[in-house]
Amino acid sequence: MIRYAKPTSVDEALALLGEGAWRILAGGTDFYPAQGSKPFRDNVLDINGLASLRGIAETDDHFVIGARTTWTDLIRRPLPAAFDALKQAAREVGSAQIQNVASVAGNLCNASPAADGVPALLVLDAEVELRSVAAIRHLPMHDFILGNRRTALLPGEMVTAIRVPKPAAMGTSAFVKLGARRYLVISIAMVAARLVVDNGTVRQAAVAAGSCSVVARRLAGVEAALRGLPVDGGLADAVLAAPMSELSPIADVRGSAEYRLDAVREIVARAVLAAVGRTPGEEVAAA
Amino acid sequence: MSQIQPEVREALSDLGNGQPGFGAARTDIAFEVNGTAISVNVPPLRRLSLVLREELLLTGTKVGCDAGDCGACTVLVDGDPVCACLMSAASAAGASVTTVEGLANGRLSALQASFLAHGAAQCGICTPALLVAATALLDKQPSPTETEVQDALGGILCRCTGYRKIIAAVMDAGRFEPSTGSAAPHPPAGTFSPYSDGEKGEAPALAAPSPRSSRGEGKGEGQHQHQSFDLGLDRRMPISGNAVGSSPIRLDGVPKVTGGEKFGGDSFPADALAVLVVRSPHYHASFAFGDLDGWAKAHPGVAGVFTAADIPGKNCFGAIGPFADQPALAEGFSRLRGEAVALVAGEREAILDLDLSDFPIRWSELPHFLQPAEAQAEGAALIHESRPANLLTSGLVERGDPEAALAGAAFTVSGAIDTSYVEHAYIEPEAGYAYLDGDTLVVVACTQAPYMDRDETAKVLGLAVEKVRIVPTATGGGFGSKLDVSLQPLIGLVALKTGRPAALAYTRTESMISTTKRHPAEMKATIGADAEGLVTGMIFDGDFNTGAYASWGPTVANRVPVHASGPYATPNYRAEGRAIHTHGPISGAFRGFGVPQATIMQETLYDELAGKLGIDRLDFRLRNCLRNGSETVTGQRLDTGVGIAECLESLQPHWLRATADADAFNSANRDRKRGVGVASCWYGCGNTSLPNPSTIRVGIAADGTVILHQGAVDIGQGSNTVITQICADALGLPLEKFQLKSADTAITPDAGKTSASRQTFVTGKAAEKAGRALREKILRFANVSENAALQLDGQAIVIREGEATRRIELASLDVDAEGFVFRAEETYDPPTLPLDAKGQGKPYAVYGFGAQIAELEVDLKLGTVKLIKITAAHDVGKAINPLLVEGQIEGGIAQGIGMALMEEYIPGRTENLHDYLIPTIGDVPPIETILIEVPDPEGPFGAKGLGEHVLIPTAPAILNAIRHATGVLVTKVPATPTRIRAAIREKEARR
Repeated sequence: MIRYAKPTSVDEALALLGEGAWRILAGGTDFYPAQGSKPFRDNVLDINGLASLRGIAETDDHFVIGARTTWTDLIRRPLPAAFDALKQAAREVGSAQIQNVASVAGNLCNASPAADGVPALLVLDAEVELRSVAAIRHLPMHDFILGNRRTALLPGEMVTAIRVPKPAAMGTSAFVKLGARRYLVISIAMVAARLVVDNGTVRQAAVAAGSCSVVARRLAGVEAALRGLPVDGGLADAVLAAPMSELSPIADVRGSAEYRLDAVREIVARAVLAAVGRTPGEEVAAA
Repeated sequence: MSQIQPEVREALSDLGNGQPGFGAARTDIAFEVNGTAISVNVPPLRRLSLVLREELLLTGTKVGCDAGDCGACTVLVDGDPVCACLMSAASAAGASVTTVEGLANGRLSALQASFLAHGAAQCGICTPALLVAATALLDKQPSPTETEVQDALGGILCRCTGYRKIIAAVMDAGRFEPSTGSAAPHPPAGTFSPYSDGEKGEAPALAAPSPRSSRGEGKGEGQHQHQSFDLGLDRRMPISGNAVGSSPIRLDGVPKVTGGEKFGGDSFPADALAVLVVRSPHYHASFAFGDLDGWAKAHPGVAGVFTAADIPGKNCFGAIGPFADQPALAEGFSRLRGEAVALVAGEREAILDLDLSDFPIRWSELPHFLQPAEAQAEGAALIHESRPANLLTSGLVERGDPEAALAGAAFTVSGAIDTSYVEHAYIEPEAGYAYLDGDTLVVVACTQAPYMDRDETAKVLGLAVEKVRIVPTATGGGFGSKLDVSLQPLIGLVALKTGRPAALAYTRTESMISTTKRHPAEMKATIGADAEGLVTGMIFDGDFNTGAYASWGPTVANRVPVHASGPYATPNYRAEGRAIHTHGPISGAFRGFGVPQATIMQETLYDELAGKLGIDRLDFRLRNCLRNGSETVTGQRLDTGVGIAECLESLQPHWLRATADADAFNSANRDRKRGVGVASCWYGCGNTSLPNPSTIRVGIAADGTVILHQGAVDIGQGSNTVITQICADALGLPLEKFQLKSADTAITPDAGKTSASRQTFVTGKAAEKAGRALREKILRFANVSENAALQLDGQAIVIREGEATRRIELASLDVDAEGFVFRAEETYDPPTLPLDAKGQGKPYAVYGFGAQIAELEVDLKLGTVKLIKITAAHDVGKAINPLLVEGQIEGGIAQGIGMALMEEYIPGRTENLHDYLIPTIGDVPPIETILIEVPDPEGPFGAKGLGEHVLIPTAPAILNAIRHATGVLVTKVPATPTRIRAAIREKEARR
């Protein structure tokens, strides 16, 4: 007989987590597909009773996204333009039905290489808040998602929030998703870009790509190439020439590795241009 | 979102001991459904979809995938759409849930009425979800844009309609705002009548004319429309004699929008045993069972385990008798991944909590091959001992001297095209239940072919055919795959062995791995033309991967050579199609039986040939298309009814506009290029040179209703409506007087299978004959001439001829055992002739024709394709119901789009609806339909079939448009971004 618990306070939840192994149920949109038609054999800790974990709060230093905050909550919440990439990604997570219940944090905990939320959180320098009865710790994204379906969650811990430092909530951003159909599609590749522009010059650049490596990665070479450039069509050229050594895509049913490397460069360029409000691909041929 | 109530939480909190082996204990969960407070006692993690369907009997909420991939289970929770399959019962506590059953409030909602008026529901399986999600949209945005509709409905897959009518229905819903009304528009939620005799679609009583109508059909002079008060719905009923050519709301439409329709999984008896199927995880393996009895005893609630050893009859079925080779349960070894090897039956709750990981079976994996080349390699192991070289069968059509013609041609082109497995992906996985009625086994399940199901099930279970009764439920899409039996013999075996009803609904993965697919094809061809641009010869060669069992492989091998020329005069021709076994998924029937694949080969070569000749691509096709008097590649002379030239001519202005648009765009854009492509189709309706009869029974009951035994299973395409329209006009009585009896094999004669685009033509012809025969009987009884007019007046028939009027009181007549006072039954079998050794003969009595233009834009940097428009001209002979014809065309195009751009089933890797992609509502562009009516001398009222035709030109038109845009032809279908981009790179590298 498995245990099922639906605590109403975080402390209660953490106490239960300390008692043994649990599978955590939040939005359920990864939980149920993983379950399929198999019977339940794991203890399940249902965190949907934790009202305090839902919603986005602003502190002096951070924007704090509660662990139960759904993609729809995020879309509906007014946020600085730096979050536009995250909001655009939110609209691409599964379908509206998924976005209405799936949590932003769950997308991280599921740790799929194709998680649409991850690149946009990477460019926001987001940190994951992990709590156990004993401790609270904050991990940067790249220290939290360790591999395909692998995270740094320790026994007894749960994610309670994702927080975005205020300095990273600056600038403008955009998200570009590449899929083989219009809706409800797992990304072949996706890119988020956030740029801070000052006097027509790129001061900060944060760019991340997903589905092109085991874990979505920031692209340091691209970011370095963009910094200091004037905001014009030359940004695309800089992207197209920049190193992207972080990426090591695999071939799968959605696309070949070669295609991904080829295409991701293009969508990085488009995301960067979109982040500064330029429409890519509209160049008029000389003729 | 939902806040759980304190007392519920207490009950849920940390549930400890209970029965061993069970998941979390049950608990009381209270919430509101459709405005009514309810409480259920279920395990807290049970999916809300299951709670709604099984506890509350609200079966309007469908289960298509249990993974959020199809959206069929969409309900509103506190006003927002969610997938009920991904929500726990516990999460619904305290919430307000709205299902499709809650949308109508005393009468149909405006949206429901709009869906019916626009023909937005075909099979109806996805309709509840679409209605629910669109209701949430309309609540916020009463006049949504097309993009808003697409965004709101992007998470719900529809496989029948092509989405365009859904978009129109949602955008147009405001026009259907009800005034006032009363009376329940749908059966009370939770009721079901599994033992019904299959009455459906009773036409409404005559009522007052409606001021509102959204379409033009059937509104000519002298016609009046009827509105039934109970629904506030204008059914657009035509007056007597005007049914053919009108577009009444489909006769079986209302339950599709209320959630009342019962599909295969919607009416399981409460006491039924649940059945699980143990399937092979390997492509090829031998297996041995351990202690099955011991295992069953160790699992409380398991009623029995059944294997091939329990099968009382011949454990061998197959759609085509002489090729039958498939066991219902494999014996000792399995030939494909997903093959059924054993059944576990038990109480529903026990089965829900049953873990099959300790099922006593030992597998020994054996070498396998998935490619025809490996199967045909020297020394390859035989999948079936009796089939050398793993060749199931081959088909040949040969005419003239193709080698000499190609040698003498002014221009020749050669090419090769490969296609992939395509999954039918109907949103309703196979489902049904079986029970014993005395000594008769009754199987209530979704199907396309009830009589074939009956015969196959009887054979496997060792029963006389009259001891098996097939009761078709509504079928949530079929497209060919539900022609084959799937679960019928399995649930039949359990019912037979246990004496209890046995129910089974396949999971999505189970449906995908175990049922049939479209054949992957490896084709090559050469076509030659003379200097004037006339095609002089063609040689075609195709290997079709038919998978582990025969299914409809022989049909594909035979149909392809007959059709590989396209609808073009080809005096010298040889085409061979081979069906080759592998350990891959079973390839069977799928809309077009191999012809869509072959047409890609031929039509892409036609573009290349036109290019070499320097002739406009559309002109080249017009120059070569079949005309009245032409001979086909089988030597069949088509004297009349050949409408392909009319189709192509009707496309000419669109072609000119589209190519000009593309040129203008391309001169202004560098990284995106537009292209325009065209392709044609022809397709013979009905079986290839084989008997193919349909029988229709129609009669008049003493109460003045016309009873039509409509045996042509309606899987969404509309035969319930179309066959009735034909019969109504043949009989000369109004459509609304008809009551339908379903294709239940106990009550309705065999109208054949729903396949081969045959129902409108073959069953329609039988319905026409039966209608005329019934009319003749009544006229003879009244002793009047053929010119007399019939009218039903209460329980009397009034017959008028000139000034004379005769009134027959039906109550005064003898009533037969089935309740008829007049009856007629007629059979029609299309006149065909066998094909000789060279494939010469008259394989079909009727052909349909069509041509489509695809306009699209290719992102050269990403290899992605954005479709802009499809223009489709189809010669249907006579559009019996123009709205349903449009629905078929749009739906076929959507499947053609999927085949062209995204659908590739890879066993072991795409066994779900997120790795296997079908078009969403955002992937189907506007479609302009042009109906061409070149009457066929054989078809009823001149009608031809069209169900399969409509899919055939789409993929080649798209590939041709991609080549027009980019200069590259993608030779492996689907043309995914990876393949398109690779082809572009290759071309760039060649420069």
